[in-house]
Amino acid sequence: MSDHGLMPSQTIGPFFAYALTPTAYDYAALAGNDLRTDDAVGQPIVVTGRVFDGGGDLVPDAMIEIWQADGEGRYPGVSEALANTRFKGFGRSETLEGIYRFSTVKPGRITGPEGSDQAPHINVGLFARGVNRRLFTRIYFEDESTNQTDAVLALVPDERRATLIARRDGTENGLPRYVLDIRLQGEDETVFFEA
Amino acid sequence: MTMQYPRESLASEPQALTPDYKSTILRSPKRPLIGLDPTISELSGPVYGQESVLPTDSDLTRQHSGEPLGERIIVSGRVMDEDGRPLPNTLLEIWQANAAGRYVHVRDQHPAPLDPNFSGAGRCLTDDAGRYTFTTVKPGAYPWKNHHNAWRPAHIHFSLFGPSFLTRVITQMYFPGDPLFPFDPIFNSVSDEKARQRMISTFDFDTTESEWALGYRFDIVLRGRAATPFEDSE
Repeated sequence: MSDHGLMPSQTIGPFFAYALTPTAYDYAALAGNDLRTDDAVGQPIVVTGRVFDGGGDLVPDAMIEIWQADGEGRYPGVSEALANTRFKGFGRSETLEGIYRFSTVKPGRITGPEGSDQAPHINVGLFARGVNRRLFTRIYFEDESTNQTDAVLALVPDERRATLIARRDGTENGLPRYVLDIRLQGEDETVFFEA
Repeated sequence: MTMQYPRESLASEPQALTPDYKSTILRSPKRPLIGLDPTISELSGPVYGQESVLPTDSDLTRQHSGEPLGERIIVSGRVMDEDGRPLPNTLLEIWQANAAGRYVHVRDQHPAPLDPNFSGAGRCLTDDAGRYTFTTVKPGAYPWKNHHNAWRPAHIHFSLFGPSFLTRVITQMYFPGDPLFPFDPIFNSVSDEKARQRMISTFDFDTTESEWALGYRFDIVLRGRAATPFEDSE
């Protein structure tokens, strides 16, 4: 055991927006919901979806954070090739009206255990009033053949895998749109991970 | 250095469902979390440096033309990993109510005054020794609708990144001796007594500035330990 115990989590509460997602406030956002930059490598896309609670109601006060690689599967801070680019790989979306939305680039395949590939995916952290500790999930894409061999998806029972896989659904502002709803509880509850 | 993230350390984290905090009832997953061995996706994390922080971001009393009302305080501490090693260049974000217990947020309906000289949002980076400092005012307690006569103890929300996706945490810093602790289901969502005490800052005479501000100390340990050489070579 460590002598230095972790700082426990506490809920983000209902009143974080003016600090963390201050689109409606006079404060510079650290990160917004558009991750695209001039030098970002990858297909620009929109990723969006609704967030539901266990009663089937939309959750209008969550913060969704994403962390992702670029179109070649490279993470900022890890890949030397991205050292001088503006692509941050990180974004935040509030869920006013219960909907999150990101404009970003589609991540590529990512190095996995023992030289295997991970299917393209976006790492997701969800914070909200009533959520004591960040919920961690992933967004995969339905049009990726590597989903069949992805080691993390393989941990998920077949009947629950669909909760992690965004479907292609038309376009938005000229960009391919991928849609995945997040259900905090109940039937079709989203798969959440612990790492 | 290769880091590892033992899940045993998470034992002090709050459960998702803590029914006394009513909002958790419909917002807590019922299925068990699925464990995964960290990959590059979890072992990496966003990088925010000096360019993301303005000098006024760490002094919440200097963000407007006048001084905010309230008890001026200096909150400082160290951010460390589980081995006690300092975590430099780690971004902290804070937000809080004003001295009257009112948030700037548009949905805060508590009938206490807003302060035109206080927004209540700040950020800063830790230095080479993992240290951070914020100057602000002590937030007020405020009522909420969880149950009859429910009051939140005074607190400052803290958001930290740390070196990876796995070190990311959002928590709340409390003040010593608050009489509201026994009645607050959010504070008590952390069932481990020792872990709860870690969320309470300590009054710190060393950082108290004469004729200026009271000092409070709040050290923060994030996930992560150095892998042992044996594990490193695996």
